Amino acid sequence: MKLKKKIPLIDQVSKSGFWGNKFGGNFVPETLKKPIEDLEIQFNKLKKDKKFISERNRYFKNWIGSPTRFIKLEKLTNHIGGAQIWSKVVSDANGGAHKVYNATVHCLLAKRSGKKIICGDTGAGYAGKMLSMAAKKFGLKCKIFMGAKDIARQQPNVKAIKKNGAEVIPVYSGSQTLVDAVSECMRFWVANCDTTAMCVGSTVGPAIFVRICGWSTSQISRELKVQLIDEFGSVPKKLKLYNCVGGGSSSFGFWNEFMDYDKKQCEFIGVEAGGPAKSKKHAAPLTYGSKIGILHGAAQYVNQDSDGQIEETESISAGLDYPGVSPLHCFLKDTKRARYTAASDEEALNAFKTVTKYEELRPSLEPSHAFSVAIKEAKRLSKDTIVVVNSCGDAYKDRGILEKRLGKKYVKSN
Amino acid sequence: MLNPISAAFKKAKQENRAALLTYTVAGDSSKKKSLEILKSISKDVDILEVGVPHNTPVADGSQIQTSAYRSIKNGIKMNDIFKIVKDFKKSNKYKPIILMGYFNMILQYGENNFLNKCNSSGVNGLIVVDLPWPENKNFAKKCKKKSIYFIQLLSPTTTKIRLKKIIKDSHPMNYFISMLSTTGGKLKVSPNNILKNYNKIKKIDPKKEIVIGFGITEKTIGKLKSADGLVVGSAICKEISKSLKYRQNPVTNVNKLVKKLKSKIL
Repeated sequence: MKLKKKIPLIDQVSKSGFWGNKFGGNFVPETLKKPIEDLEIQFNKLKKDKKFISERNRYFKNWIGSPTRFIKLEKLTNHIGGAQIWSKVVSDANGGAHKVYNATVHCLLAKRSGKKIICGDTGAGYAGKMLSMAAKKFGLKCKIFMGAKDIARQQPNVKAIKKNGAEVIPVYSGSQTLVDAVSECMRFWVANCDTTAMCVGSTVGPAIFVRICGWSTSQISRELKVQLIDEFGSVPKKLKLYNCVGGGSSSFGFWNEFMDYDKKQCEFIGVEAGGPAKSKKHAAPLTYGSKIGILHGAAQYVNQDSDGQIEETESISAGLDYPGVSPLHCFLKDTKRARYTAASDEEALNAFKTVTKYEELRPSLEPSHAFSVAIKEAKRLSKDTIVVVNSCGDAYKDRGILEKRLGKKYVKSN
Repeated sequence: MLNPISAAFKKAKQENRAALLTYTVAGDSSKKKSLEILKSISKDVDILEVGVPHNTPVADGSQIQTSAYRSIKNGIKMNDIFKIVKDFKKSNKYKPIILMGYFNMILQYGENNFLNKCNSSGVNGLIVVDLPWPENKNFAKKCKKKSIYFIQLLSPTTTKIRLKKIIKDSHPMNYFISMLSTTGGKLKVSPNNILKNYNKIKKIDPKKEIVIGFGITEKTIGKLKSADGLVVGSAICKEISKSLKYRQNPVTNVNKLVKKLKSKIL
């Protein structure tokens, strides 16, 4: 298994949808073969279409607000006393998270194919919020599938979805979290694929959804590369990119443009959700060596029992609370291009406390996982090392959890 | 020897009727009860589909999900399912059994191990919901070597060219999904339209048996009886759930329902 240079990773896929002949694929019911093939043909054509690209760029710039900021966390750097800590503030994007890129592209595709309805899954509520926002913008009817447990713990985003005119469909099956929301959304698509487009909320699902999402979020690293060169004159000699990994859409987008650099120059560190320190459950299939299995149409490392039943996960962060992980990350792990580790709920909360103590930045619980590892490692790194953390979501949606776990003073500034 | 699945179709044809296929989830409502249900309905049913419950089923509606979750909660394991089949076959050697499920369960068991176990327990056919053609080519070949039918699914969205290719590679039995739906959806297409699609498919290779499934209930089954075979699943799972709710015996209730279904296609 080898990572090729000069070909985008989303295109290093076999005809049948596999990366490294091992990850991804299209394990879908027969009914979805045709709509998936239609989407593949449409996407492969449009991603080479200059008009489509400029349309996308226009929306990214004027509506999403690209580029998002790239800032030095000066006080945090001084406090830690090691590497320089920077952040790409992707939560500046319209709606408050990276999910808006994928949602926008899916709505553009749906519009072009004449679909009137778009359905999507959501965990933390960001994918749902952005899809509802984009659907409204493009005049599509929108249905969002969300686990009942997530609806209860991510109320601010649920309210936002409803305000955008979308229907929130609670999912009560299984663990009532993201994994069940994705299953229910796929079931809805199976029954309505003639009228409805589906947006999978991360770089997961059948291969085409992995590719579209990765293509969309890569905007993050395109911007970052320009910003790094602006700031340092060139891509720094020692660059470390930290990102949380649930499904893996923000991390893939944060790394994509740097894929061809040697990992000694530009290292990728993915931080999964380790769950509560005292619990055996986690959402970190890459870190804890889960076996390859099939989830939501794709072969990937996934938490499962010996029979192949998908295991329940546990994480304070709804956005990372997923038993599987993108085939792209499985591939990056096996080719050793990226390094994966996990942070526990408590470590993420501590990182949130530290970041908000020193900086004006309020990362949500998902990027707080990445901050936790970045802070820990930055201590031991030289001052000329540039650590960049993708702050891909804002803590506003987590106010309920933060208040409960850390007390009122951590939410009042919002 | 003729695969019992083909023998079952032959028998139904001789009796000038469609074959009746039922789907029940292994281990629902318990290991013991699910075996009892199979035994009790086997006289009226031509082919028994036994569902392998999975906890992230992307093509199943709420009735089958409920049955599957109930069974998993009761602790059903793959080996228990093989045991149910084996126990059933002790007294019903020639009654065909098809296992229906999702590919991850087979992958984790190991393809070859799984097929050997199918053979030793008496499984005659497999339906793997999320292993479509052409991805299933290799596995289907392995099945053939073990004299197990790999049953291809065909859908209203399957294009004509694709239909031809799938049917060409297919084993003697195929499964036509009546409409765009998960299992157990309300029949949103008229039976006439379903039969029209069915006949188009049937024409491609009249020798291949085609059964129709999804959305078939007591009310709709009679109107589709000109097909080679008809599958009822969710309606039975619903009957089990209902029986449990009212503290009735699911075995008797399912048996009654199956008799009614059978009477509609005679």
